[in-house]
Amino acid sequence: MARVFALVDCNNFYVSCERVFNPKLVGKPVVVLSNNDGCVVSRSNEAKEAGIRMGVPAFEVRELFESRGVYVYSSNYALYGDMSRRVMDTLSDFTPDVEIYSIDEAFLDLSGFKRINLSEYGRRIQTAVKQRTGIPVSIGMAQTKTLAKLAAHLAKKSRKADGVLDLTASSHQDRALAHTEVEDIWGIGKNYAEMLRKKGVENARQLRDADDSLVRKTMGVSGLRTVHELRGISCYAAETAPAPQKGITVSRSFKTAVETLGDLDEAISTYVSQAAEKLRTEHVAAGVLVLFLRTNRFQESGNYANSHTVDLPVPTSDTSELIRYARAGLREIYREGFRYKKAGVMMQDLVPENRIQSDLFDRVDRSRSEKLMQTLDGLNAAMGSGTLKYASAGVTPNPIWRSVAESRSPSYTTRWDQLPEVS
Amino acid sequence: MPKKNRDAPYDPDPSDPLERPLFVSPVTAGFPSPAEHAIEGKLDLNKHLIQHPAATFFVRVTGESMIDAGIHPGDIAIVDRSLEPVDRKVVIAVLDGELTIKRLRIKDGEWTLLPENKHFEPVRITDEMAFEIWGVVTSVIHLL
Repeated sequence: MARVFALVDCNNFYVSCERVFNPKLVGKPVVVLSNNDGCVVSRSNEAKEAGIRMGVPAFEVRELFESRGVYVYSSNYALYGDMSRRVMDTLSDFTPDVEIYSIDEAFLDLSGFKRINLSEYGRRIQTAVKQRTGIPVSIGMAQTKTLAKLAAHLAKKSRKADGVLDLTASSHQDRALAHTEVEDIWGIGKNYAEMLRKKGVENARQLRDADDSLVRKTMGVSGLRTVHELRGISCYAAETAPAPQKGITVSRSFKTAVETLGDLDEAISTYVSQAAEKLRTEHVAAGVLVLFLRTNRFQESGNYANSHTVDLPVPTSDTSELIRYARAGLREIYREGFRYKKAGVMMQDLVPENRIQSDLFDRVDRSRSEKLMQTLDGLNAAMGSGTLKYASAGVTPNPIWRSVAESRSPSYTTRWDQLPEVS
Repeated sequence: MPKKNRDAPYDPDPSDPLERPLFVSPVTAGFPSPAEHAIEGKLDLNKHLIQHPAATFFVRVTGESMIDAGIHPGDIAIVDRSLEPVDRKVVIAVLDGELTIKRLRIKDGEWTLLPENKHFEPVRITDEMAFEIWGVVTSVIHLL
């Protein structure tokens, strides 16, 4: 049976989220910055036209922001996560086979839909998402995921397509592939693209027609899969069930280097709190806790990196227990005199919380800790994350290692006290 | 032998006894409830008020432009973006970049945004205006 995949891709997703609740931003140059207000991670079309490149560090373009009147926002992941959920829920009204690929992209498996007009169906999906969530999307459809992604990319750029492109007809594919640069093919990164160009392969059509053994030699089996996908042979199945979580990691790079044990204690305790909260949300407990820290990778001297692993006697998701182990582990690897640039914790060996085999010599009162965690999570959910936390995570905001977020928009859809206002 | 950088925090301390309970009575399963077969579901406000969760948003009302409709400043309006904006619906609209709550009137192809407060003026929508419907208000939460 011929497969049909659609790739739905939100346009300038973070900026689009901001525009839903602040319509004044429509038509204006807008950017969203990464954690710590570091780099540009989302741009409106007007910001792209002003010459702001994706990933550029914010400090490099401060003057451009001012001279062009660019609206600058810190990332508001509470908002973006919620809006993403709404988009994905809307997509599942159109097919049960939705594979969430990233926060703003999803593959739809439309293979089972016989005799539908794909362009028309795509247009209905695009209209529904825009109406119900306010987010504009582009949709590409083809027999393979790689071609669908290629089609979505073209759909976004082409005024004629207006965001929806059906590439299942092979007569259209030829031209479309010729118009797609190798860099823009899913699975071809910058390095492969450079190598391909040296060999005279500059667009997707040339890659499609390339010699198999050459492809295999230079790009391995995964490169061969990409080429077969370009030829219309589907190599990637629809993965609608998410793989079970193998681990939960919380880590951050520090804006300015952290030197004292006290500051690292606070950072680690905060990361553990966040990771433990996530464990409880997923109803799993961790059997292994790993913590790591390192100095700036790019400095010439004074480098130090280390990690410490703790095998927990009983798998747990209790914050205070995990903080205790983490802080003890930190004291094993902390060395004075180094300027640390990044630290983090990883929760591994995750087990479902209802299958924990407890230990006969366990000293921890687990039913009391479970009740305490429930209260903690309940309060934080009702009053905002971080309302109630452990003292070791820091009582006052610590500018040394806390992320900077100078201009974050309100949590419009996740906090009662930050709802959008209408008059 | 503990591996480098890895430890299991076991440290037996025989000087400190730990009491463990010993169960001597058998455990019986629960008894059936006489109301078991008559139990209906609980009343769920979410299900009652929200038909399309992905398209439903909450907004906070400010100002008194809709006070005669029973919509007060401070109230929360439940907005469903999936509903069709038709004549006489209370809607959230975008007008000149601002979100506003008004009653929509459509007559002979003409759209008007009506306040419900005699101190406010209706706004007739023209082609030059930056206007769009943001969503339809389905209910309003007013705390007494």
